[in-house]
Amino acid sequence: MEYFLQLFFSGITKGSIYALIALGYTMVYGIIQLINFAHGEIYMIGAFTALIAAGVLSLFNFPVAAIFIIATLVAILYSSSYGYTIEKVAYKPLRNAPRLSALISAIGMSIFLQNYVLLAQTSDFLPFPSITPEIKFIKPYENILSSSGFLIIMFTVIAMILLSLFIKFTRTGKAMRATAQDKKMALLLGINVDRVISTTFVIGSALAALGGVLIASHIGQINFFIGFIAGIKAFTAAVLGGIGSIPGAVLGALILGLTESFSTGYISSDYQDVFAFILLVVILIFKPSGILGKKTDQKV
Amino acid sequence: MFSEIKKSALVSIWFMFLTFPIMVIKVNTIEDTIIWRWGNLVMVGVGSFFLSFLWRYLQDKTKAKERQGYKDALSKFFYDSFIGNKKVFYPVILGVICIILFFPYLFSTYQVTIMTTALIYVVLGLGLNVVVGFAGLLDLGYVAFYAVGAYTYALLNFNYDISFWLALPIAGILGALAGILLGFPVLRLRGDYLAIVTLGFGEIIRLVLENWGEFTHGPSGIASIDRPNFGFDLSIVGSINAIYYFVFLFVLVTIFFTNRLQNSRIGRAWVALREDEIACQAMGVDKTKTKLSAFAFGATWAGFMGAVFAAKTTFINPASFTFLESAIILSIVVLGGMGSIPGVILGALILILLPEYLRAFSEYRMLIFGGSMVLMMVFRPQGLIKSKRRHYNFREMTKREMQERRNATSS
Amino acid sequence: MRPLLEINNLTMDFGGLRAVDNIDFKINEGEIVALIGPNGAGKTTFFNCVTGMYKPTGGHIYIYKNDKSKKRLNGLKPNKVTEYGLARTFQNIRLFKQMTVLENVMIGRHCRTHANIFSALVRNKKIVREEYDSASYSYHILEKMGLGYFCNEIAENLPYGAQRRLEIARALATEPNVLLLDEPAAGLNPQETSDLINLINMLRDEEGVSILLIEHDMGMVMKISERITVMDYGKKIAEGTPEEIRKNPEVIKAYLGEDIDA
Repeated sequence: MEYFLQLFFSGITKGSIYALIALGYTMVYGIIQLINFAHGEIYMIGAFTALIAAGVLSLFNFPVAAIFIIATLVAILYSSSYGYTIEKVAYKPLRNAPRLSALISAIGMSIFLQNYVLLAQTSDFLPFPSITPEIKFIKPYENILSSSGFLIIMFTVIAMILLSLFIKFTRTGKAMRATAQDKKMALLLGINVDRVISTTFVIGSALAALGGVLIASHIGQINFFIGFIAGIKAFTAAVLGGIGSIPGAVLGALILGLTESFSTGYISSDYQDVFAFILLVVILIFKPSGILGKKTDQKV
Repeated sequence: MFSEIKKSALVSIWFMFLTFPIMVIKVNTIEDTIIWRWGNLVMVGVGSFFLSFLWRYLQDKTKAKERQGYKDALSKFFYDSFIGNKKVFYPVILGVICIILFFPYLFSTYQVTIMTTALIYVVLGLGLNVVVGFAGLLDLGYVAFYAVGAYTYALLNFNYDISFWLALPIAGILGALAGILLGFPVLRLRGDYLAIVTLGFGEIIRLVLENWGEFTHGPSGIASIDRPNFGFDLSIVGSINAIYYFVFLFVLVTIFFTNRLQNSRIGRAWVALREDEIACQAMGVDKTKTKLSAFAFGATWAGFMGAVFAAKTTFINPASFTFLESAIILSIVVLGGMGSIPGVILGALILILLPEYLRAFSEYRMLIFGGSMVLMMVFRPQGLIKSKRRHYNFREMTKREMQERRNATSS
Repeated sequence: MRPLLEINNLTMDFGGLRAVDNIDFKINEGEIVALIGPNGAGKTTFFNCVTGMYKPTGGHIYIYKNDKSKKRLNGLKPNKVTEYGLARTFQNIRLFKQMTVLENVMIGRHCRTHANIFSALVRNKKIVREEYDSASYSYHILEKMGLGYFCNEIAENLPYGAQRRLEIARALATEPNVLLLDEPAAGLNPQETSDLINLINMLRDEEGVSILLIEHDMGMVMKISERITVMDYGKKIAEGTPEEIRKNPEVIKAYLGEDIDA
């Protein structure tokens, strides 16, 4: 029973991280129908920026909680900036171009960012200091769910709630939904579509950065390549839940996290990544619109 | 003028801010050190200041071209002054063929292996060009078929001592089978989804190769694969040269075949499918069969090249078949010009040979590669040389027809 | 008159919405028939069902082959339907934009030719002959439609009226028995519309093709059709000669709304 609970919470924790990243994918796809290949790199840059910030702050002997908060905020600030810049440089000029061009540009950006961090920093696996505070009431359950794991789940839930409220009730949120449904019409109604798209990227990047910091602290190390595999998995989750659907991204992410966790625990850990891809392929073949997605027919 | 300077200054400040943590601060948590590299900050500031002028200039130029319904100067030059101009075309082609034939005697063995690699990528590019360029099927997992071919020969050779010449057709057939098996469930998906599924397949193949150690020898790969036996005893250098000539021959065959396909019934069906799937079906084209044939053709060729690759390097492991490989081959097709055979050839040669000859920048290879992909798409999305559809000459045809009518009535 | 297409009780539901409601329809050899009705009446949906784009929820679609036997078209894929002699054009022009004009028409020859990858690579005499015949057949169609001069031009560069004619030429290349035209006069000026009328008559008289057209241009419909079927809200509300339809109160009500007294 304990083993099951361990796997369960491990799965939920993983799923939460995937969810934070998947939201960025699904929101961007929903609004400009682009698979933002570089999104995984935004997540990675968030982790790296947090590491750098924490490193600098530790010189000044700040308390751990303060370092955590500041480093996270810095990471979010920078990842959002990168997301914003990437959109302006690599995607905006291609908004009316055929899909393949934008896709290639995204892949190119992804490769560029990976190597940018690699060259500017290092190819080593850098240990990430544990900057998440210890949570007292979790301590007795430590073997099932660690403090950092709990924080991950908690932050993800809070982020979900805030995002849903934002999308549903604020003007910008409504503008985002409108633009996602019909860009031209939104433009004609006076919505600043460029700003809405930039906002989408910024929010998605902020969430990814949060995920980056949390998982880096949880696992304890980072590397320039973590964006790629996390990105693919998060994208799988987004597609699984129905690309373009925000609750879908979360649902898909949780399912993916749990599937990975239980298959590792009960079957084998070697093929862990394969399960994610197989799940992706199967979902796309049998229900491309995903679990919560809407089917869009082509008008003849 | 001043507003332009202001714009560039703002861009420069933005990039200095943006790259500050990663470019300037180097935190090493292993050794607990922090290095501050202020020189980088200056470099970013100055560089982005000037580059932003260039960027805006090129953007304006691109937009102006679009508005004028631009004539693509490079492509026009290529088709009219080069291919169309018989007096120039044949001598140049002859010259190129001579250079390629005498290449091993003019350059070192190392250069020969590099050229062989480039030629392998030319074939791969042409193969993927049929899938992506002609038929418009976004395949991000092309490397899977390449891997199938390579492992086919490697395993057959390692386990059963099967020679290269026997394994080559088998590699092609297995590639085709893989293409049909993968293609069948997947080809009804729309653009982006197809791309992701094929990417997933590519990764699945790689992961299976890595983890199914009993069959594929896992991450350590398969070594000591035989080079092809060309009938007479060859030294290693001779063998390498022989493989070079063989690949070159293959390139010629591939160019010949894809050229034939381009203006055939199936070639037109592929392009029609790419242009408008619904109209294509309404005009009597079997969507599924047509897509599958493109996919299978590309896969077959990748299979062939996989076997050649295994024979050339005599050692393969799953690390040679990553998503990056698929991305590189895709870039060759897109950057060269989707659907354009000369474009893809040029693209492959540039993309593979340039990094080799500019060894000084080898560290920045991938960075430049990624950056070029973005830049090409933003500033020159049609690629190096645009594809050109066949022009039919009907004066000749009506002459033939009249001849036939005369023959028909006289008999 | 030999029947070519026979449709019984055709029904198409999209979830809870019934777009086509028990439509009976027939078209015979050498006829020009029009299908009219207000926007949203279900006309294009009807076309889509007949040509295989949609699988009808109910009813039967039969085509009569040259040997007088019937073939049920329900649920067949669009390319199969075209093989059986039914071709169509589209409301929003769907040309193969990056291909030349001639190649667009040559696609129409696809279902009447046989070359595959292997024969394309090997290219024996038979295949060369087939290619040549395809090209020249297509060229002749273009000449008949007045597009011969444009044969090597990229399709998207053609003026609008020429593009519409190209779509018809392409459909004609499939050697259809019945040609379904979806709003062929949309966007055409009066001169072009008059040319189109001549063209359609020519197709029927010289090429032996029966025509079924959806159209909103009432002048053209009245001039060209022998029979008109009227749809509204998915149902057939009237059928008859142009004179009968012109006077039919149901039709007037459907187009102009209730209460046209005074």
